[in-house]
Amino acid sequence: MGFEVLLKGNNLARLLGGLGVALKISLLSVCISLILGTVLGSLMNDRHPLIKGVLRGYLEIVRIMPQLVLLFLAYFGTTRVLGINISAQTASILVFSFWGTAEMSDLVRGALSGIPPIQYESSMALGFSDFQTLVHIIIPQIVRRMIPLSINLITRMIKTTSLIMMIGIVEVLKVGQQIIEANRKSDPNAAFGIYFTVFILYFAVCWPISKLSRYLEKKWEA
Amino acid sequence: MEAILDIRGIRKNYEDLVVLDHLDMQVKSGEVVVIVGPSGCGKSTLLRCINALERIDDGEVVLDGKVINPQDKQLSKVREKIGMVFQSYELFPHKTVLQNLVLAPVIVKKMDRKEAEKEALRLLERVGLLSKQNNYPRQLSGGQKQRVAIVRALMMNPEILLLDEITAALDPEMVREVLEVVLDLAKEGRTMIIVTHELSFAKAVADRVVFIDGGRIIEEGEPGDFFEHPKTERLKKFLHSFAYE
Repeated sequence: MGFEVLLKGNNLARLLGGLGVALKISLLSVCISLILGTVLGSLMNDRHPLIKGVLRGYLEIVRIMPQLVLLFLAYFGTTRVLGINISAQTASILVFSFWGTAEMSDLVRGALSGIPPIQYESSMALGFSDFQTLVHIIIPQIVRRMIPLSINLITRMIKTTSLIMMIGIVEVLKVGQQIIEANRKSDPNAAFGIYFTVFILYFAVCWPISKLSRYLEKKWEA
Repeated sequence: MEAILDIRGIRKNYEDLVVLDHLDMQVKSGEVVVIVGPSGCGKSTLLRCINALERIDDGEVVLDGKVINPQDKQLSKVREKIGMVFQSYELFPHKTVLQNLVLAPVIVKKMDRKEAEKEALRLLERVGLLSKQNNYPRQLSGGQKQRVAIVRALMMNPEILLLDEITAALDPEMVREVLEVVLDLAKEGRTMIIVTHELSFAKAVADRVVFIDGGRIIEEGEPGDFFEHPKTERLKKFLHSFAYE
């Protein structure tokens, strides 16, 4: 079946190492997206038409552009034209954060506009200050609305890291390919065993996360 | 007796539309004032102006001899003294009934949590909802939510309670359970301003009924006279619109 290859040399350890690279890039991007997305998202309901327009445009661009194109643009495209030479990892973190920030800001915007203005008023009518209203009434409600959705985004990001091998990063899928290539003669079935293992690895990471999201959604359903 | 709330010539515009037109009104301690009037007459706006949820364009609202100033940093201190209950309940959906009740006393008044919970349970029992203390608002009926909202306002022990069409969103069979709580509060001597469309309730609860139309007080009086012998044509017409013959 091609699983024996895993036990040859340090193949399994290499695969896990590749997974580590993928997770590192997605985790860093998720953190950046969470912070920037929250800031931009709270600005998206801004009354200023210019701010609103720019942010909407940004979101649309990110939605339309395939992530792979963004990756190529950031990694290959910038080198000559802008004269910046960034590493593949930096390029992918940039692209993933660019993407994640847009999606995240839309989630924040949605959660914020889902809270009726009269919730603020009923809180103020009880004597809460603006700050106390935010901390005790509004933010907890936003977090509850957002966490399940942002967890979804996290799993999507982890899955999409499979693209970064296209700009030369040796992540789990690339390691898998290398192992298959190296053992073509001795283990012709390695392709199945290795890719299946890669599938299991992605599953092992994403399934608990998506399970958690469903659990929180149930728990907080309003 | 001295008026605890004094509304002096307040005016409120939305662009060109005059919602409140130099309106004056006094409320004495322990008095229950019911405000009636056609929709859009400014009665809800009046309540919202009292605790500065709306900015007023002219005039002033004086509570306990102190002018309520919307720019005041201490506005929230003043609002503690004014309880308000909304048509749409506006309980905090992420908190249980008990948490909804103790949040403001604990955070705003720095009351001891145990103390606040004791008081909350006492009041919940009074409105017949002791068994719902650990439920979330979404698990309650409209009438139950509104009773919790009333208790939440009471928890701050306000000097005056503003009730803004609190039964307007309820199914008819739930109206009574909420209004009985209000009647109970009136008996207890709470100072209240009530905006409602329930005229028979107004008759039962009010010390004074005020008819507002076009942002002005058209007529006011004690409920007997007000409903039986209206003096102005506009009030007669308004009351007539509720009658079926």
